[in-house]
Amino acid sequence: MKIDAQGVYYRDLNNQIRSAVASGAEKIELVNVNGQYFIGDGINRPVTISIKGVPGNDLGAFMNGATIVVWDNAQDNIGNTMNAGKVVVHGHAGDVLGYGMRGGRIHILKDVGYRVGIHMKSYQENKPVLIAGGKAGDFFGEYMAGGVLVLLGMFSDDPEKPMHGYCFGTGMHGGTIFVRGGVDEAKLSREVGVFELTGEDRQELDGYLKEYCKDLKLDPKEVLGEKFVKVLPKSKRPYGNLYCPMPR
Amino acid sequence: MKNNLKPTHRFEKDISNCGLTGFISKSGKQVEGSVIIKSISLMHDRGNGLGGGFAAYGIYPEFKEFFAFHLMYESGMALQLTEEYLAEHFLIDHHEEIPTRRNAAITNPPAFRRYFVKPLETAEYREAREFQNMTDEDIIVTHVMRINNEIEGAFVVSSGKNMGAFKGVGYPEEIADFFRLEEYSGHIWTAHNRFPTNTPGWWGGAHPFTLLDWSIVHNGEISSYGINKRYLEMYGYLCTMLTDTEVVAYMLDLLIRKHGLSPELASMALAAPFWDKIDALPEDDRQLLTAIRQVYGSGLLNGPFAILFASNEGLIGLNDRVKLRPLVCATKDDFVYMASEEAAIREICSQPDRVWSPRGGEPVIARLNPGVI
Repeated sequence: MKIDAQGVYYRDLNNQIRSAVASGAEKIELVNVNGQYFIGDGINRPVTISIKGVPGNDLGAFMNGATIVVWDNAQDNIGNTMNAGKVVVHGHAGDVLGYGMRGGRIHILKDVGYRVGIHMKSYQENKPVLIAGGKAGDFFGEYMAGGVLVLLGMFSDDPEKPMHGYCFGTGMHGGTIFVRGGVDEAKLSREVGVFELTGEDRQELDGYLKEYCKDLKLDPKEVLGEKFVKVLPKSKRPYGNLYCPMPR
Repeated sequence: MKNNLKPTHRFEKDISNCGLTGFISKSGKQVEGSVIIKSISLMHDRGNGLGGGFAAYGIYPEFKEFFAFHLMYESGMALQLTEEYLAEHFLIDHHEEIPTRRNAAITNPPAFRRYFVKPLETAEYREAREFQNMTDEDIIVTHVMRINNEIEGAFVVSSGKNMGAFKGVGYPEEIADFFRLEEYSGHIWTAHNRFPTNTPGWWGGAHPFTLLDWSIVHNGEISSYGINKRYLEMYGYLCTMLTDTEVVAYMLDLLIRKHGLSPELASMALAAPFWDKIDALPEDDRQLLTAIRQVYGSGLLNGPFAILFASNEGLIGLNDRVKLRPLVCATKDDFVYMASEEAAIREICSQPDRVWSPRGGEPVIARLNPGVI
């Protein structure tokens, strides 16, 4: 099913998408999208929404099981509190991706902005994974509580730019960040440390990356063919003693 | 029992987040107002109808030697007093009502007039030029401050050469319709869609804020407003618009025009890097940035912001140091675009050559090519 989004107000567009989902559509193709907010929000069924154009902010928020494929760049706040499903972006994306995300996948081909993976979390079988193929801004993995963030630094429009920004992992207290090649330790927050991957880690990571490469038509040999490091929080309660010292 | 308590707040308030957009043709190509209207209208939902505005450069080529004063009047008395003031201090080459169109969405608009002026050679003028080393620009600034501060209900909306600001209470597309902006052409345009957070939504409080040919549109909150305001008062700048953004316009005038800082250095003063980053810089840079932070400690803008500032020299985009507000830039041929959302750029430039998000505190500077003006 195809919907022409040219000049359509976001509320009307999302109503059209929701009624298409309710009437049992398996695949929805949106063309001429530009800036419409909240696409795919709260969708509970495993439909695939393909987007031509630049979708607006809060793409796939609260999404629960749908798949969104963006064939262009995307903006801020993708996958806010997303529960399950997948967002694939064949370009770059903005700030605050995967905010409080608690399951599912976000696969971005190129650069990402500030505060990516902020407060991602996991519980039992729910384990969100966000992979950025380009470079990242400051506060990568800020307040991260669970799940997996992966930064590749491979597909950037800006070769001059450093692979990641300052305050990497600020307030991180759970979850894992994998970085291809290595990190700039001067830009890490005090709350995190850098570790070697175990064989088990590498196996887990390779699984995520193979899926990423498949979605974005990349050569897994190239993406996987490099050393990765693992960034972990040093404490589960980095600010436990900030205001008043607590007994352990 | 009957409850007579009235609620202390109106809880029904459209919560939103401000939007800004702007572009420059570095070779001075004239672009119709309809283009910037299209771009800002795409971000309609970033505002809540309590403020919209535009700045346009290159719109008065026939009067480009004159300071173009856009005046807003809340009363006939304000108009009369201001026109007496202007006649006393200025040679007025031409003056007229700013053309407007009635629009159902715009309620109780103030009156708008524009004046193309040069300072008159009065005794006061000669005193200022000869004995106080003031330039014509300094004298214009003094007059703008006096009109805003001393004439009740009169506000200078803009005062630069070959440029003008158009702003008011309404969504930006409504303000554009009210001021008939599709009838203007310029080579730099900026626009703002307002969601007032802490201050009233009134005609003078809409963006852009201006002084001479500086104009600022801003998304965010300047938490350091009090410090900045007191610092500016020492140099004769008086804040009258009841809104934080006003200090940015005056600060740029002080830093760039008066103190001679480059736009790059002025940006470093407004969004100075943190001390630990400064300490990690090579020695020359470390000393420079240390000096900037020490001298302009009261010029530092604290709080979240994305701003666009324009002048007859060009267009600059700047974020706060930790990028708490969005800003996306793009280039296409000799055009540079800057906006809160990529979609607002793509709406008027579907295939840019390059699109990127600048880092926090890193200014994006697009200057007009030499000789364009």
